[in-house]
Amino acid sequence: MSSENIIEISGLQSFYNSRQVLYDITFSIPVSRVTVIMGISGCGKTTLFRHLSGLKRTAPGQISIDGRDLGSFSEENLMAYRRRIGVLFQSGALFNSLSLAENIGMPLNVHTDLAPETIRIMTLMKLNMVGLSDFSDFMPSQLSGGMKKRAGLARALIMDPEILFVDEPSSGLDPITAAGLDRLILSLQKTGGMTIVVVTHELESAFKIADRIVVMDEGRVLAAGAPDEIKKSSNPRVQQFLSREADPYKMHMESYHQRLLGEQWRSQ
Amino acid sequence: MVNPVRSLGAYALRQVYFVGRLGMFFLYTLRGFFRPPGKFWPTVKQIQFIGTKSLAVIGFTAAFTGMVLALQGYHTLARFGAEGWLGSAVGLSLVRELGPVLSALMVTGRAGSAMAAEIGIMRIEEQIDALECMAIDPYSYLSLPRLLASLISLPLLTGFCDAVGILGGYIIGVGLLHANGGAFWSSLSSSVDWGDLRMGLIKSVCFSVLIALISVYKGFYAGVDEGAFGPEQVGRATTSAVVIASIAVLISDYVITSIML
Repeated sequence: MSSENIIEISGLQSFYNSRQVLYDITFSIPVSRVTVIMGISGCGKTTLFRHLSGLKRTAPGQISIDGRDLGSFSEENLMAYRRRIGVLFQSGALFNSLSLAENIGMPLNVHTDLAPETIRIMTLMKLNMVGLSDFSDFMPSQLSGGMKKRAGLARALIMDPEILFVDEPSSGLDPITAAGLDRLILSLQKTGGMTIVVVTHELESAFKIADRIVVMDEGRVLAAGAPDEIKKSSNPRVQQFLSREADPYKMHMESYHQRLLGEQWRSQ
Repeated sequence: MVNPVRSLGAYALRQVYFVGRLGMFFLYTLRGFFRPPGKFWPTVKQIQFIGTKSLAVIGFTAAFTGMVLALQGYHTLARFGAEGWLGSAVGLSLVRELGPVLSALMVTGRAGSAMAAEIGIMRIEEQIDALECMAIDPYSYLSLPRLLASLISLPLLTGFCDAVGILGGYIIGVGLLHANGGAFWSSLSSSVDWGDLRMGLIKSVCFSVLIALISVYKGFYAGVDEGAFGPEQVGRATTSAVVIASIAVLISDYVITSIML
């Protein structure tokens, strides 16, 4: 393993029942950099995200964390790995029965012996970081989608993780809130030296924050490199994605008819 | 064409898988005793939800069951001039059978369905994934407090059901049908002994484990096997939690009765 890479993925494949969703994924994630995993909806980004965060572990191939295979981690090692990471889910994944402050302070409550007052102060600091310090006693149901996402980010940061995984930070957000999240991600990397992995399909956001971009399509890595290298990629599918061109209409109709008619379609 | 043998085999395999995974789920839940977070306040909260909030529905069910038992029992016993045994008939029916079973079925319908739905929503909204990513044991956090609360609440609810049912039977038998009040209580106290109460207690303890385990399990794995996470999966998990838990209660009732009688 290169000392510059904190995570190395090689030959990873993934399945849902018998359906294969990832094919031979190989790339690395450099330490203290922002890596953006990009691709159209349904290309396998979120499945890869689940593998990286240790939620899905049984698969052919390897994910090495500091040179050790994540798939072979004992439960104690997996727990230790999870204390090193912070994860922001697409929906924020806040617990509906807890207030915002209780949600964000939860990892500290469970994993540390800190006094409740200290936890409260740390929680407010993180809430302040994401601009939600006035909402600490609100319930998740009283917040907008963007606020939930920011609160989810505060919770992901509460243990000061080494690696932050972020799933679709800008989806469903207005441009101003999305830009605010991008700025926050950049400042975390620049000031805290955090390794950040962002899964997104938002081109503007990706090129604004990424040190390295991985482009995926239909469960495969099409290209990986610095943003400028990706822009110059000779892969037509990458260029199609970057220029936001729709797939030809005929192709959709063909696959639609094929799904509808099955063997009958082939024989026609 | 669908091969019936193959379908039957696939169905059998699915059931074996269900039982195996449910068993593992139970073990993981018990392991939660030794893992953070603390269980006291979450368990108290669940006792309030499973126990306190079920009092009204169980009270109504028990009262009317006791009343109808007295009504039916009085007319049957009167044919043999044995109205004096009304207290015994109502008491034994409730303490041995109807108290534990009705309480369990009411708790399944009210609290079991809510547990399955709540945890199913947590599954589809990635909250269970979030727990795992925060290195918090979801079995310890979600399943164990509900199991403990059910274990504490259901035997108490069963006692409450027995008491209200007997009172309902007394009101109808003695108040409305003019059976002898002294005979009602004396036949009740001479027939219902510690063995009957123990049977009711053992049943309610077994039922409480089944209800909590099946309800939480169904919510916990909502959509997991299909790889699809939406409201439809939560609805299906809730329905199957209620159906499976109710059937499990009735089957285990027969098994326990046949062992203890």
